[in-house]
Amino acid sequence: MRLIKEKTSIDFLSPVRRRIALSFSALFVIASLVSLFTRGLEVGIDFTGGILLEIAYEQPANLEVIRGDLAAAGFEDAQVQLFGRDTDVLVRLPPQENEGNAEVREQLQATLEAGGDRIDLRRVETVSAQVGSELAEKGALAMVVALLMIFVYVMIRFQWKFSAGAVAALAHDAIVTVGFFSIFGLPFDLTVVAAVLAVIGYSLNDTVVAFDRIRENFLNLRGVSAEDAMNKSINEMLARTLITGITTLLVLIALLTLGGESIAPFSIALIVGIIVGTYSSIYTASATALALDISPQDLIEPIKDPSLIDDLP
Amino acid sequence: MNRFPAWLNLLVIAVVAAGCLFALPNIYGSIEAVQLANNDGAEYEASDVERFVAVVEEAGVEPEAAYLQDGRVVIRFDDSVDQDKASDQLRDTFGRSVSVASTLAPKLPDWIRALGLNPMSLGLDLRGGVYVLLEVDMDSALATRMNGYQQDFEDRLREARVRHRVDLDGRTITVRLTSAEDAATAREIIELADPDVVVLNGQDDRSLLVRMSEAQIQERQDFAIEQNLTTLRNRVNQLGVAEPLVQRQGVDRIVVQLPGVQDPNQLDKILTATATLEFRLVDLSGDEPGSRRYPGRGEEESQVLKRKVIASGDQIIDARVGQDQGQPIVSITLDSAGGESMLETTMNNLKKPMSTVFIETEREEIERNGATEYRIIKTEEIVNTATIQGVFKNRFQISGLSAFEAQDLALLLRAGALAAPVFKIDERTIGPSLGQDNIDRGFNAIKIGFLAVIVFMAIYYRAFGLIANLALLSNLVFIVAMLSVLGASLTLPGIAGIVLTVGMAVDANVLIFERIREELSAGASPQTAINSGYEKALSSITDANITTLIAAVVLFALGTGPIKGFAITLLLGIITSMFTAIVGTRAVVNLIFGGRKLKSLPV
Repeated sequence: MRLIKEKTSIDFLSPVRRRIALSFSALFVIASLVSLFTRGLEVGIDFTGGILLEIAYEQPANLEVIRGDLAAAGFEDAQVQLFGRDTDVLVRLPPQENEGNAEVREQLQATLEAGGDRIDLRRVETVSAQVGSELAEKGALAMVVALLMIFVYVMIRFQWKFSAGAVAALAHDAIVTVGFFSIFGLPFDLTVVAAVLAVIGYSLNDTVVAFDRIRENFLNLRGVSAEDAMNKSINEMLARTLITGITTLLVLIALLTLGGESIAPFSIALIVGIIVGTYSSIYTASATALALDISPQDLIEPIKDPSLIDDLP
Repeated sequence: MNRFPAWLNLLVIAVVAAGCLFALPNIYGSIEAVQLANNDGAEYEASDVERFVAVVEEAGVEPEAAYLQDGRVVIRFDDSVDQDKASDQLRDTFGRSVSVASTLAPKLPDWIRALGLNPMSLGLDLRGGVYVLLEVDMDSALATRMNGYQQDFEDRLREARVRHRVDLDGRTITVRLTSAEDAATAREIIELADPDVVVLNGQDDRSLLVRMSEAQIQERQDFAIEQNLTTLRNRVNQLGVAEPLVQRQGVDRIVVQLPGVQDPNQLDKILTATATLEFRLVDLSGDEPGSRRYPGRGEEESQVLKRKVIASGDQIIDARVGQDQGQPIVSITLDSAGGESMLETTMNNLKKPMSTVFIETEREEIERNGATEYRIIKTEEIVNTATIQGVFKNRFQISGLSAFEAQDLALLLRAGALAAPVFKIDERTIGPSLGQDNIDRGFNAIKIGFLAVIVFMAIYYRAFGLIANLALLSNLVFIVAMLSVLGASLTLPGIAGIVLTVGMAVDANVLIFERIREELSAGASPQTAINSGYEKALSSITDANITTLIAAVVLFALGTGPIKGFAITLLLGIITSMFTAIVGTRAVVNLIFGGRKLKSLPV
């Protein structure tokens, strides 16, 4: 079975299409950055510190009543929302300055139980602000270190113009994925950081596979322009890119629909990232390398012939 | 063409067999059990198992199996009724000396246990429990030590009749003297008292600045952490939790994990408990006013002790295990006040016995008339009794102990002098219902995702798709096997990592199969197409996987909690998928299609 024709020759990298792709990418990246700087992220208590309670009621929960009860007990800043099911409720509080988190947690628990409903306390998390900022720092550090090491590896295996292309594509994917979370106000927690890093890994996988074929074609097809050689390579890899994307998306959709609420942000980040990553390994990576004037000569070892030097006056 | 040498085929078979064997412990499920730990910190031996089984049988319960695991005795039962009966009987028989925890144990057959194989352990988010990250207050740990130095220096200078003033400011002690000559004498005295401290000249030639050396600070910090770890371990054991984890993290942190515990307040109780020590003389006549009998801890004999406390735990600066003429000893350092008192006592009581008493206070919650009240529970036990062999002051040794007793006493002494307070900085409690939900949902997602990919691959690549599916299945087995062998816990993000791996693992095969199709359409014969398909795809596969591997390694190294759980399965998945795609599927392809004339390939 085949999803696409045996031989495609789509002109992915024609100047017009590249310009359209560039405008799209620019639009996405700018929209993401603007949203990140103005709206910010809906960061979870992993990064801010605070208290989180997940409660299962036997009956569908009445959020208004819960909010009222909590406000009456002095927790006006409590965020109350449904979590996956209409019987499951998530309560979040910012870190408490005056009292210890433990005391506040006990009070919260008492307040909720006083409502008279039978509740099952499914999860209680109390993170201090200090640990929160540490986790955020470590997450950011992991991202930067990963990008740097990847840049170096691609430079060693290929050439710096490919490296620049790969890292441009990865940064593009990371920004757009995180931006998606900002624009749609989705909860951003530690698992999303892991997902973004996995997206980087996946998208890179795609990019490197394309580069590998480009290198092969650069060396085999003499006298063909860089643009044509790259176009041919992308077309040759198109089936593989789509098939791997499809199988990965299949499992991720299973994870999103069946995996439960707490893993949902992770699945969404990966789904968005893989769609964006597939697009970026076709366009962003190759277009960046082309913009840097990549040519087959970049991959051929320079001739070091001492006799030539001797002839110089 | 396309034949593997015999050794390579054997290798593939061996790896698959090993994978199946290591993954095998995971299919047996679990069964009710009790886990017994020695509260004195010693590990049980195989001979102890019989002893406990005998007690259980007295209650009329027939254990399903009983064995030793990591110094703990595990007894399995057919149902929870037996489990309850047995644990009641064990608690009644052994009291505080044995920690009895009801738990679920893997129902492994004997031969698998004999091979030392275990199923993968589940993280707290899957089994429920309490996770706490504690920070030890290092400043106050150092402050206690600096106070000790300040007093010690004052005493020594007074003894040497040097006029002085000693002030403490944070981590620096300033010693002011009346002349430069005195300053030189004081420097000698201080350096003699502790050769390791750093003595600097002060603002003028009549003052000195004393600081702890970097090595000393380091040592003190380690000491404070060790103390807290020991105390917490002892107390956590008494909670009766199966497989508790108390572990140092970084410079000043301690992780505590209590699987199965649902009430974080239980841990608060442990943290607010305090422990201290007292040295008292044994009342040999037994009828002095104020004397009373103290019970012994474990095997230690009970004694009647005098009322007067010679020295107490807050006066202990250090306690460590050493050797004297090949015999294990515990060296104790007291502060100067404790030293004076010890000097006076030992001078007047040579050759008489002295006991060390361990005192623990816990806060217990009780419900009374609908209100919660707190009751203080104080436990006092003799941990050691020794004869005073000579006159001593602030440094002395306790001998006549076995190596293990010495270790234990030193730990208790240190635990008693709990110098540094701890603070909770991160606490997570997962209820059992959420844990079970997470397991169910996670495995459901794996099942459905896996099925979807398998069906897709079979339709898209036909026979070759089936071979890829075989690789995918063995991939799952390998990941489970490696998680089990490494003893890494499976968490919800870990399950997500497996799901993602299932999706990505086919990539290598897709690369190969697409390449084979390309070669075929370029006019290559089926055998050549297989060969060059595998060969030419190899560099893409390695490059692509190594870059993903880099991302996974960084995640694992820098990540915490959920990120680490995800990284470990991703990491394992990349490694196993490379093996199955490059070597595994090739072996099967060679076996089926290799070495014969083919007109076409079902790819």
